[in-house]
Amino acid sequence: MNKPNTWDQWPDENGRFGDFGGRYVAETLMPLILDLETEYRAAKKDPAFKAQMDDLWAHYVGRPSPLYFAERITEHFGKAKVYFKRDELNHTGAHKINNCLGQVLLAMRMGKTRIIAETGAGQHGVATATVCARFGLKCVVFMGATDVERQKPNVFRMKLLGAEIVPVSSGTGTLKDAMNEALRDWVTNVDETFYCIGTAAGPHPYPELVRDFQSIIGKEARAQILEREGRLPDAVMACIGGGSNAIGLFHPFLEDEMVRLIGVEASGHGVETGMHAAALNGGEPGILHGNKTYLLQDDAGQIFDAHSISAGLDYPGIGPEHAFLRDTGRAEYMTCKDDEALEAFQLCTRLEGIIPALEPSHALARLPDALETIDSAGILIMNLCGRGDKDVFSVAEHLGVEI
Amino acid sequence: MPTSRITARFEKAKAEHRAALVSYLMVGDPDLETSFQAMCALRDNGADIIELGAPFTDPMADGAAIQRAGQRSLKAGTTLNHVFTLAQRFREEDSETPLILMGYANPVHSMGYEAFAGRAADAGIDGTIIVDLPPEEDQPLRTAYAPHELSVIRLATPTTSEARMKTVAEGASGFLYFVAVTGVTGAGSADPQAIKPNVDMARRVSGLPICVGFGVRNGAQAAAMAQIADGVVVGSAFVEHAARAAETGDLTAAINGMGDLAKELSGSIRGVNRA
Repeated sequence: MNKPNTWDQWPDENGRFGDFGGRYVAETLMPLILDLETEYRAAKKDPAFKAQMDDLWAHYVGRPSPLYFAERITEHFGKAKVYFKRDELNHTGAHKINNCLGQVLLAMRMGKTRIIAETGAGQHGVATATVCARFGLKCVVFMGATDVERQKPNVFRMKLLGAEIVPVSSGTGTLKDAMNEALRDWVTNVDETFYCIGTAAGPHPYPELVRDFQSIIGKEARAQILEREGRLPDAVMACIGGGSNAIGLFHPFLEDEMVRLIGVEASGHGVETGMHAAALNGGEPGILHGNKTYLLQDDAGQIFDAHSISAGLDYPGIGPEHAFLRDTGRAEYMTCKDDEALEAFQLCTRLEGIIPALEPSHALARLPDALETIDSAGILIMNLCGRGDKDVFSVAEHLGVEI
Repeated sequence: MPTSRITARFEKAKAEHRAALVSYLMVGDPDLETSFQAMCALRDNGADIIELGAPFTDPMADGAAIQRAGQRSLKAGTTLNHVFTLAQRFREEDSETPLILMGYANPVHSMGYEAFAGRAADAGIDGTIIVDLPPEEDQPLRTAYAPHELSVIRLATPTTSEARMKTVAEGASGFLYFVAVTGVTGAGSADPQAIKPNVDMARRVSGLPICVGFGVRNGAQAAAMAQIADGVVVGSAFVEHAARAAETGDLTAAINGMGDLAKELSGSIRGVNRA
């Protein structure tokens, strides 16, 4: 693959990041995603849109999120300095709301009155329901029946926020089935409905606009580290499911070629077992949910169910820009198993007094490996993209503790 | 280029002053032998064109009936190669009835566009509807089809504007599949008169026969649709016979049921004079 001139030129006018991305949707949805693209281009140029985003980010979400020197984690590993980008301190407890705010404001510009979303762990669903409550919009959240069962607190949160929850029992009742059902709802209710996709995937322009809204993470982190340390980090690191928090952190550093970009996929019981969610490390390029990207699939092109202890990473695909960054070699992608994430979850909790979500625990678990390759006078920034309140019940269960 | 089987079939229907009946079945639901018998029953009872559904794990444009049919088919181990084997077997005894493969992009991408085109043409398939390959994304497919007599059949909907219809028509052949309702397969039915202007526009812009589907389940609905369309597509109502057979194990009943439904539909369609 040719090395691009500048990373900012992607996606191209066809919504491609190299060979990945695109608009693989049924004709019914084409007019909608073409409209969305037009509206997004207009919004990007509109100072009023930016001003509204900035105001809500500052006063509703609580941005900028702090860049925190993780002193005891740093001491524990005895290598380069580790900083946490504290996106778990956002309103609703994760990075998801950065994107929901942007998409819901876009929906309102387009005159849409009904917001639909898919959710796995429930974080994107809660964030969408929150923003819909804030603006008085109808919100319908599609959630796999299996996930509804294992994420009861978030289901109740969404209901409190006024959202309607649709349990999806088709397929295997997990995140990908929820996404299928959301797409089916969208083709049925094209006039008044806006589909708020939770990750940097789906048909163009979703990967681009989700990336742009999440890039606030990397922009802040870049400015904060320059102010704090007077230099750029040696590496930035994040966990990857669909990859929205990671692309948000990576993107503002893409042109800084000396900064390594490290993503960590969930390898469940291990890539070799087939029970995992590591699309880049254990998948092949294919077409699903509107984009071409790496997918977990069999020889006949049928999609496998993903497996991860973390419902937020439990998806058989990956955002197309990550597929591109992997193939060009600009970013590197490691894996982390369920039990490793559980250990890192406990380590971070005890050393830093921060209970991380299971998702960033995957990145935490690979810290020693990443630090191994960095000068010990160096700096690494890891995105702590969500807090672990939602996970305490399932962690207790995995540790065999009854609460 | 000799007249394709698809074109010949629409010319025949036109000569008989009637719309064509396009019937759908999910290949391998519940098994390949039943699919073969069902194809023969459909043909013998007046189906003009047969769509062969290729199963996919994530059929985002399909309603519950076809989703479940696909799951039964996948459980039976159906792959694209089975669809080709079935088409070939049917082709050995029927050289006229057009066969259309309908499915999703990933299994095709996985096989490779060229290999897929070659095997489809060899099996006697006449065209394909790949639901999630809109005009913007189907260039690799069109390139692969160029050496073969294979039609790229595209979808249009009531929300397709005239400008968009030009894009849809460019590079399309065989016929245009007009989705009557915005929604998934098996959803509510459309009022034929309400969509007539869209269908007329689609025909004028594309110069192709327009087949209307989604939500057509019985003879009365088919007759109403036959007044405005060159072809009427029925899918979920056929698939439901296979669903019952999967429950009861009575495969003969499913085959007969599909034959009877084709007879009812084609009789109703033939009752509408399109002179």
